[in-house]
Amino acid sequence: MYRIRFHGRGGQGIKTASRILGSALFAEGYEVQDAPRYGAERRGAPIFAYVRADRAPVYERGIIDHPDLVVVTDESLVQVPAAAVMTGLCDRSVLVIASAAEPELWQQRLGVTCRVLTLPPGPGEGAALMGAASVGAAAKLIGQISAANLEGAIRAELEGLPSDVIERNVGRALESFDSFESHAGCVSEGEALTRASATPPAWVELEVEPTSISAPAIRGEATSEQVQTGLWRTMRPVIDDSLCNHCSWICSTLCPDAAIDVGSDREPIIDYEHCKGCLLCVAVCPSHAIVVEPERAVDEHRSDP
Amino acid sequence: MSRRLITGNAAAAWGARLARADYIPAFPITPQTEIIETLGNWIDHGEMPARMVMLESEHSMMTAAGAAAATGVRVFSATSSQGLLHAMEMLYAVAGWRAPLVLVNVSRGLASPITLESDHNDVMAARDSGFLQLHCASCQEVLDATLIAYRIAEDPRVRLPMMVNLDGFYLSFTREPVSIPELDEVRSFLPDFDPGSIRFRAGRPISQAVAVLGGGPYSYFRYESHLAANAAADVHREVVMDFERIFGRRYDAIETYQCEDAEIVFLMIGSFSTKARAAVDALRDAGEPVGLVRPRLLRPYPAEDLRRALAGKRAVAVIDQNLSPGHGGTLHCELAAALYGSDGAPPVLASFVGGLGGRDITAAEFFEIAKVTKKAADEGVTPEPRLLFQESELREVRKLQAIAHHERGLTGAEHVE
Ligand code: SF4
Ligand code: SF4
Repeated sequence: MYRIRFHGRGGQGIKTASRILGSALFAEGYEVQDAPRYGAERRGAPIFAYVRADRAPVYERGIIDHPDLVVVTDESLVQVPAAAVMTGLCDRSVLVIASAAEPELWQQRLGVTCRVLTLPPGPGEGAALMGAASVGAAAKLIGQISAANLEGAIRAELEGLPSDVIERNVGRALESFDSFESHAGCVSEGEALTRASATPPAWVELEVEPTSISAPAIRGEATSEQVQTGLWRTMRPVIDDSLCNHCSWICSTLCPDAAIDVGSDREPIIDYEHCKGCLLCVAVCPSHAIVVEPERAVDEHRSDP
Repeated sequence: MSRRLITGNAAAAWGARLARADYIPAFPITPQTEIIETLGNWIDHGEMPARMVMLESEHSMMTAAGAAAATGVRVFSATSSQGLLHAMEMLYAVAGWRAPLVLVNVSRGLASPITLESDHNDVMAARDSGFLQLHCASCQEVLDATLIAYRIAEDPRVRLPMMVNLDGFYLSFTREPVSIPELDEVRSFLPDFDPGSIRFRAGRPISQAVAVLGGGPYSYFRYESHLAANAAADVHREVVMDFERIFGRRYDAIETYQCEDAEIVFLMIGSFSTKARAAVDALRDAGEPVGLVRPRLLRPYPAEDLRRALAGKRAVAVIDQNLSPGHGGTLHCELAAALYGSDGAPPVLASFVGGLGGRDITAAEFFEIAKVTKKAADEGVTPEPRLLFQESELREVRKLQAIAHHERGLTGAEHVE
């Protein structure tokens, strides 16, 4: 059985990549199981997805402990413990990391003995095509998928999207597929489950503990400060100073995230690290002094030289 | 027929579509929402001639579902976890109306603490409601069970609502190959709903929720529901034979795997039972006579089938993905009740609670469960119930507790040693 894990961040197309790989293997006659696994559904959060493929029906389920292939589309995940990118890698696994650095460097950094390959992002390429690039790589490394079936799976999965988006993804996936030619088929099917190879679980007896620690309560203040909920925002409220009459309480009181402070001149100051972009302030400001800008536009504007 | 990769949620939606559900009251909740999104999409594109209505809560949703079923139309709905609990009052009420409908539940652990991931406490909470229950282990089974459920629920000998349960994430968001039958084939298995005496019309009002004080009539009506639920066991047997004849897939009330000559048997429900099946294969390779029993039908409880399948076994390891605080695993308790005093009842029923809140149960754990249970059989001593929980998990909890402790210090909240 092939056991493959994709790791990435929400919004990078990891789920789509796993489904494309699953569909392509299914088209090659494999029995397939694929699934994404995420916690909170939001952009930027670590997610992973897995694919199992075998000639016989697949009865294993859930997390893959011993992957044959791990594809990481965001190198910053390697150091995130919750992402658990390295789990179960062994000598015969293959690890692919989206990175401009050399594979040898990653091998050193991670202290692993398995084969490491890198998937350098194309020039000027953002995260958008990383999913396509990684599924192209995975398909070639498994070595059981034809270019035609890979392309068919991408077209089926992306059906309904604008045709230029589909063509870009197909192009990127096939380019990546071809670029791994020298490693074609280097991923091999893992062993069937055996009792002999399993490490017995270290079960523990739980004791009854005082509710002061055994009830699931957290004190939020410190966490709220640390967690940059501003990253969740898709629309940004911007205060137009010329219109704001410094009423100084409406927006700042009603912001559900206490993300608007009042300065010494009674001027409202938005804390963009924590403003989630609910736009309540926009709705309530009596002098219509708060305008809305899409984050994307703000980003593009910022990255202009 | 086409065979394609679809999720458990899509399989449930296909079940409703092929069953030609007329009315779909809905309310979104993770991990169920994809079911109603899929159905909504089909309805929007004219691929399914049903009426979908978004209600303001699951309580209203279940009320609408029961009310519509009482007019004699075919009703489908879906929910999960807190949503099922929110609908609970109406679950009991609708079952008492003897209104047949199918409700898919996508199992998810209950608050508190909150989780999005799967266990069976939600569906177990509904086991006394009067809804019959089918439990699925694969995406194919989700589609097939939905069709089977309509046949049983609508049978004049039963006339009770039925739940089809699938596990969140492990089935709901997992794609597997599913054969999607042709509509004509489905029609021959599941004809249009013949509501018989169910004919509520606006011009001819009936009250479904009569008050019966004094206890006697109440006992009668409740016990009639119970007898009808019991009668569903025979109906299930007929329906699944019909299903097998038409579609070639067999769905006995309990699935048995490598059971015939097994000495030790795993007993569990839901999608993790396929993991148990893989573990049985590995244990057999290692020479261990281990088998698996998986109830599909949980209401009515397949007591007779279980007694037959387990007679003469040395021990059963019951794996509960639910927990009744102050008692333990529900499946274990119900199995003990079914086996008590029966001929050849296994002397040891070991209880394991695991897979709570989406926690995996690893192959190594199945091997260990088999080992512990075999030892218990050898020694004739039933082991203490065991939570599947490992040192590494406790370390993770200790880390969270340390952070919480530190935060209390930072924020001046109560300081407890
Ligand atoms: S958009 Fe919402 S969160 Fe942000 S400042 Fe306005 S009210 Fe507060
Ligand atoms: S509510 Fe409007 S006018 Fe008042 S402080 Fe906020 S931005 Fe200024």
